[in-house]
Parts: sequence; structure tokens; C-alpha cells
Amino acid sequence: MAVKISLGPVLYFWSADKLREFYREIAGSSVDIVYLGETICSKRRSLTLAEWIEIGEELQSAGKEVVLSTLALLEAESELKSLKRICNNGKFMVEANDMAAVQILSSQSIPFVVGHSINLYNQRTISVLAKHSMRRWVAPVELSKYTIKELHQSKPEGVESELFVWGRIPLSYAARCYTARHYDLPKDECQYKCIEDPDGILLETKENEEFLTINGIQTQSAQSCNLLPHLEDIADIGIDIVRISPQSSATLSIIELFNRARSNQISIDERIVAAKPFLHYGGVDGYWMGKAGMKREI
Amino acid sequence: MELVCPAGNLPSLKAAVDNGADAVYMGFKDDTNARHFAGLNFTEKNIGQAVEYVHQKGARIFTAINTFPQPEGWRRWTDAVDRAAEAGVDAVILADIGLLDYAAERWPDLHLHLSVQGSATNYESLKFMYENFGIRRAVIPRVLSAPQVRHLTEQTPVPLELFGFGSLCVMVEGRCLLSSYVTGRSPNTYGACSPASHVEWVDLENGKMETRLGGLLVDRYEAGENAGYPTICKGRFEVQGKQGYAIEEPTSLNTLELLPEMMDMGIAAIKIEGRQRSPAYVAQVTQIWRSAIDACAKDPQTFQVKDEWNRELGKVAEGAQTTLGAYHRSWQ
Repeated sequence: MAVKISLGPVLYFWSADKLREFYREIAGSSVDIVYLGETICSKRRSLTLAEWIEIGEELQSAGKEVVLSTLALLEAESELKSLKRICNNGKFMVEANDMAAVQILSSQSIPFVVGHSINLYNQRTISVLAKHSMRRWVAPVELSKYTIKELHQSKPEGVESELFVWGRIPLSYAARCYTARHYDLPKDECQYKCIEDPDGILLETKENEEFLTINGIQTQSAQSCNLLPHLEDIADIGIDIVRISPQSSATLSIIELFNRARSNQISIDERIVAAKPFLHYGGVDGYWMGKAGMKREI
Repeated sequence: MELVCPAGNLPSLKAAVDNGADAVYMGFKDDTNARHFAGLNFTEKNIGQAVEYVHQKGARIFTAINTFPQPEGWRRWTDAVDRAAEAGVDAVILADIGLLDYAAERWPDLHLHLSVQGSATNYESLKFMYENFGIRRAVIPRVLSAPQVRHLTEQTPVPLELFGFGSLCVMVEGRCLLSSYVTGRSPNTYGACSPASHVEWVDLENGKMETRLGGLLVDRYEAGENAGYPTICKGRFEVQGKQGYAIEEPTSLNTLELLPEMMDMGIAAIKIEGRQRSPAYVAQVTQIWRSAIDACAKDPQTFQVKDEWNRELGKVAEGAQTTLGAYHRSWQ
């Protein structure tokens, strides 16, 4: 069976209108699974949970599997309360991005996905979480194909493996908001500045090498992970799902590229050329190849 | 309140215990712990000596095995747990769920502490670790404000250990891949952030210099400026034409002034960072914190941080400056 394509949660702060329009287009795309919801900052509230569920229902009637994704860093009681509401939505599966969600879901035996910000680096960890109703794991982004292959091939039955294959790579989370810091604003009075940067803010070295992307409390790579040329390898290993991380433009074209690649309609050389316009600062595949994340092998 | 001090080697361990540490923490000479640096840490041979020395002096000793094993290294990590347990340490400090599961099953009487690398910032995460592996204590990432810590102490199923002093991780520990993005090695996978093997100190003309990590420019210094170790989060970068410390300045955490509040919350232990530092650093920082904790325990109402304590700690701090970090909301 061909590998499924998923669309990760939008990692940036987009307006309600932009999100609605984006998901209307996604409904007509060839992705199989859509992750919805805010995973970075609890102050970003373009949509309520009910509105996310509405969008989810529309996507579901367009034939998509819908998963509600959750915050990666939970500090406040209010954040735990929202998390509990999402976990108990009763309709869609939930992606846990922190152990808090794992606890809330597993203590009720509700099946869940474990996102890439939870450290699943070995078989025993995967087995433990599988016993706690984990149905799918997304590989931590710094793992190599060698480790992922071993983990995938020894995972318990009934657990799917998902791999981050496209987009700026999530690299860290902090209490501090770097967007607010950049604008010289206190975090508590951030004026929701991150809505002005729908793909985050570029951070360069002093010699103007593009390096990172600032996205609120998250830092990402400036370069996009691009595993499109490696799709055969990924399929050979047996990975069930490949994840594309949304960007403010061209997400549909990227999905289409992966869709054509999974049915062998375009050669590797053609893919490299076709992906180029969608990569703002070049593509990287270092982590997959077992090297520094910012290296590019293909 | 227990004072937990770093022991990168036997001299540091002795310095800590002799200067008033209630407990020390150490690791083995490999990638199973988050201070995997050349010339540091303990072997199978001298861990016995370490345990004996610490116990003789009535203190406790913990072993940090707090990186994340991958399939090919799994045995090295379980061996480390076995070695620590057999040597009679008082607790192991773990982060990986699989390893916690192993240790809880193989050594049911061994005390398990959740490492800061376990990224537990809320009581639901702590509940998972407590209910499934019986952890006895958790070290909390340096991301919570003081009121959030207080709330956590009211809800947590286990006693908490907080960082009091030392180099500051700005990111949630256990979830920072900046180092592996540049070098291929991260605290999670290799036990080191910005590994020395990838660091370059480059002298430029006119007394200027630059620091690089894996070839990437982390900072450039004017003549006479003090160059810091090129940790990515403490570098100077450019964001939309603005140059500066986009993430954090070189600085150390120092929470001496929060001691009365932390005692009032019932914090079980204060951790001092710095297994990579010298025995002299360990001795001095331990001494100051011992005096401060004793003074505060005696009379928390009138407790005041002595200027000389802060002055001495400032001297050994990264960038010779200190911060309250995330405990103080305005820092965030």
C-alpha cells in the first residue's frame, strides 16, 4: 500500500480567515490525514475548540482522517484545562505533544498519537506507550533512518509510524517568546505580533547565513526538511505516513508533489527541481542521513 | 531542603561533600549522561570509591543516566543503571521512558528521580511518571515562573528539585535540538550541547575573534571583548537587520533571593549546575549555598542575600552575570 500523506498542524499564528480558507483548499487536496489545532502558544486563539472541530468535520466529510493536535509546552493550569477538553472531545483522535496529554488520554484508555516533541528513541519506550493506548508515533526529528528503520520494524502490532518529511524543522521550545523579544515587548503584552509573520521570522548569523526561524516560544530551522527525494527509501522501510508541515504559501503544490512521487510519477531528479521553488532557504536531509540536521546529502 | 551539587570527578565530589552538600550527582564516562565531556565522569572502578566517600560523610549520591538511548546503544544504558544500582547509589536520575521502565522492573528498590531532561513542566506529566515508574522526585525544567512552581508543588505527586545556580538552559531541557542541527550531536543523543570537537576559536586581525560551531558563526568579538563558549542559544545573530543576543545572553541562573519562597513552597532540593566545572567552583558555590540555606532555614522571615554571596557567585557565572531566568515573569 502506498504511503499515506498527512498535513501537520499549522505551527504559525494565522488569522481565523486564513485558517478557514487554507483548510477549504486542503479538503480538495490529496492528503489523507489532517492534524488541526494550536501546538505552540496558548495565547494564539484564532479559533475556539468548537470551531476547530467544525473544520475537522468538514475535512472528515471530504474523506480526510482528522486528528486534534495539542500544545507541546504546558505550564499553566488554564493550559491543562484546555488540554483536557481537547483530549475528551469524543470525536477525533488526539496527538499528544507532551506527557500531560499522554497521561490524560492513557488514564482513560483513549487511543492517541504521540507527536515528535515527545522523546521516543527506543523500542522499550514505544512498547510502554503502546501498552498505554498509543496507536501511532511520529519519529523525533533528530533520529536517523537507521534508528527509525529499527524502531519501525520492531514496533508492536497496531502501531503506525509517521515521519516528518517536509517543512521547517521544530528544534526547541522555551518559556521565553523570541518573537516578543525581537519586538522588545514583554511576553505578557506581546500584542500578538507573531500574526505578522505567517512563516515565522528568519534569524541569520552575523555573516548572513540563514540559520533559524523564530516562531514565538519555538525555534525552527530556516531551511526546510525535504525528504521528497528519499520517498522510496521511506516506503521500503514501511513507514506508514509522511508528514508535511504547512507553510503560508504553496502547501497544496507540495502535497501534490508528494502525491505524484508516491505513485512513482516523477523521478528523483525531477523532484529535486520541482521542490526548489518551495524551499525558501534550501532543503536539508541531514537528520535522516544520520548527520547534522542542516546538512544536505541529496 | 537538600543541597544537590555537581561531581564531575572525585576531587569535585569531595569538594562538594566537604563543603556542605547534602547530596552529589555524577555520571559515567560515556554518552549515557548529559555531561559527556572529555576527562570527566566516573568509571566502574572509581564509582565504588565515590559511593564510599559520600556515605562515610553522611551524604547521598545520585547517578545521572539522563540521555536517550537508541536501539544500538540500549545495552550501554541498561548496564549503566545496573552498575549504579550495584554500586549502591542512593538514586538514579533518568529521563527516558524505556529506561525508567527497565529500572523500575529490574531494580524495584532503587530510587528513581526524573531528570530535567524528562521535560516535565506540569503535574499531569509527573503523574504519568509516578504512576508508571514510581519516581520519588522530579527535577523541573527552567521554564516555569515562581507562581507556576508554587502551583506545581500543590498538585505534584512527588517532591520537586529545582535548579538554583549555574549555566542556564533557555530551552525546555530534553527538547532542544539546536546542537544536533548544527553538529549532529545533541544532549538527547550524545550527552553534550555544542560538543568541543565542533568548536573553533578563530583569531582575526586587530585583536578581533570569532567563535564557530560546526563551521557556523556563533559570534564575532571586538578586540577586548570576552568571548564566550559558542553555545547556540547564547550567540549573537541578526534578525530583520537587528543584531544582538536574539535568544539569550551568556548568563547564569542564580535564585538565592528566591530561597525563602522556595522553602515555603516545600521544594525538596536545590540543584547546582556544573559537573564540567573545576573542584574550586564546586567548593565555592557549595559553600555559599550551604550558608544561604542554613541561614534561610533558621529564619526565613529575616533572610537576606549577602552581597558577598552574589559577588562571589557572579565571578564564577557564565558571562559574569546572573539572572532569575523564567522564575521571574518579565524575563520570559
